[in-house]
Amino acid sequence: MDLLTPDIGLLFWQVLVFLILFFILRSFAWKPITDSLHERENNIQSALDLAEKTRVEMTALKADNEKLLAQARSEREAILRGAKETADKMVAEARDKAAVEGQRILAQAREAMQNERQVLVTEMRKEVVTLSLDIAEKVLRKELSDKPAQEKLVSDLVSNARLN
Amino acid sequence: MSSLAFVNAQEEGHEGEVPGKHGEKEGFNVGEMIMHHIKDEHGWEFAHGVTLPLPVIIYSQERGLEVFSSSHLANEAVYNGYKQEHGKIHRVNEAGADDHEAKFIDFSITKNVASLLLSAIILLVIFSSVRKGYLENKGKAPKGLQSFLEPIILFVRDEIAKPSIGPKYTKYLPYLLTLFFFILVNNLLGLLPGAANVTGNIAVTLVLSFITFLIVTFSGNKHYWLHILKPTGVPLALLPIMVPVEIVGVFMKPISLMVRLFANITAGHIIILSLLGLLFMANSMAGAGTSLAISPVVIFFSIFLNLIELLVAFLQAFIFTLLTAMYIGSAVEEHHEADHGIGYEGADAH
Repeated sequence: MDLLTPDIGLLFWQVLVFLILFFILRSFAWKPITDSLHERENNIQSALDLAEKTRVEMTALKADNEKLLAQARSEREAILRGAKETADKMVAEARDKAAVEGQRILAQAREAMQNERQVLVTEMRKEVVTLSLDIAEKVLRKELSDKPAQEKLVSDLVSNARLN
Repeated sequence: MSSLAFVNAQEEGHEGEVPGKHGEKEGFNVGEMIMHHIKDEHGWEFAHGVTLPLPVIIYSQERGLEVFSSSHLANEAVYNGYKQEHGKIHRVNEAGADDHEAKFIDFSITKNVASLLLSAIILLVIFSSVRKGYLENKGKAPKGLQSFLEPIILFVRDEIAKPSIGPKYTKYLPYLLTLFFFILVNNLLGLLPGAANVTGNIAVTLVLSFITFLIVTFSGNKHYWLHILKPTGVPLALLPIMVPVEIVGVFMKPISLMVRLFANITAGHIIILSLLGLLFMANSMAGAGTSLAISPVVIFFSIFLNLIELLVAFLQAFIFTLLTAMYIGSAVEEHHEADHGIGYEGADAH
């Protein structure tokens, strides 16, 4: 039973050594070790959290960018469409206006030409009448100066009248 | 693990006894050799005849404190009226007979105490280096010894302290770490040839389990004590049986801790020593030829058992720490409302 009976001396030394070891290690080793382990774990955790947060933010940012881009694209399209429409309208309007103006100018020209022609025709009539009168006068004068011819004419006329 | 302890205990009885009987006849006492190796002694005998003398410190009321070297007591010599017998110091009177009347306390630096101090120094050296590592590369990856011990520290923290104790584990972590590394270092030191059997000494395990007992007892909350006085879910008729069982349990827990570590380490030493003793027995019984013939088998088994002991050294340190953590955990555990019901309200009413 010697093995199972604790010696007082060893008990004393064991209590002393173990307690001193415990108190030294507690403040000298365990505290800094567990503290820095804890700190390192916190650092790693916060770094991981930050990475995750950044990733989420990046995703959000990317989505935002895409939304903005899509918005800009649609806006650009709308503006282009509007501009095209306006241009088309303007062109059409201009064309219509030009057509109307053309018509108007044509009509004016036609009217002016009509007037000119009228004037010309009148002039020409007058001229022709004058000329005819002159010719008639000269012919008459010449005819009337030639007696035998007159008589022959009269006789021709008479003969023709008989025929009719 | 209990089955292993049981097997070890059986082996101890078997191996320890039989060679002892034979040894007495043949002049070589294996049992005595084994007991000599696993017990404490004054002076540190590394090998036969190579002894490191250690101070003997004796206190008695009439003679005060006496300090002298253990070499004076070698070979059963009488010095200052003291004599060493089977590792124990006795007072002898003028006639040379044992003086049983004399009362003194032996505070000697025995082999175990010296080994204890050595292990304390080793622990301090190791952990001052580890501490330096943590202070120097703060927030960086561990290096060297630090990276070897960090997983063990984390293991004690994350696998033993946290799950067993719960959120209050930080308060008990220094004790658990000290306990774990103290037992581990002493277990490993004990495996070295010529070394002391510190964790296989009942005084050492008694102190460790007593400290655990004190911590558990003083950190027990009211649920812990109420559970002992009125276990929940137990019919009223069974209380006269259950309450004494619970009260005995409070003391049995540390006692089981004490015996488990002591028995496991001592049994391991006894098995290896018995195996080696076989060689000497064979030599004295059947001659050197037989001894030589069985030596390969004996050496094989000794190496095998030494490896087992290496495992046991870690395992026992782990189990002692784990069970301590679990006992502390049961003492500081916060029960849920449904767990105690009436008992809790009854406590509040007082």
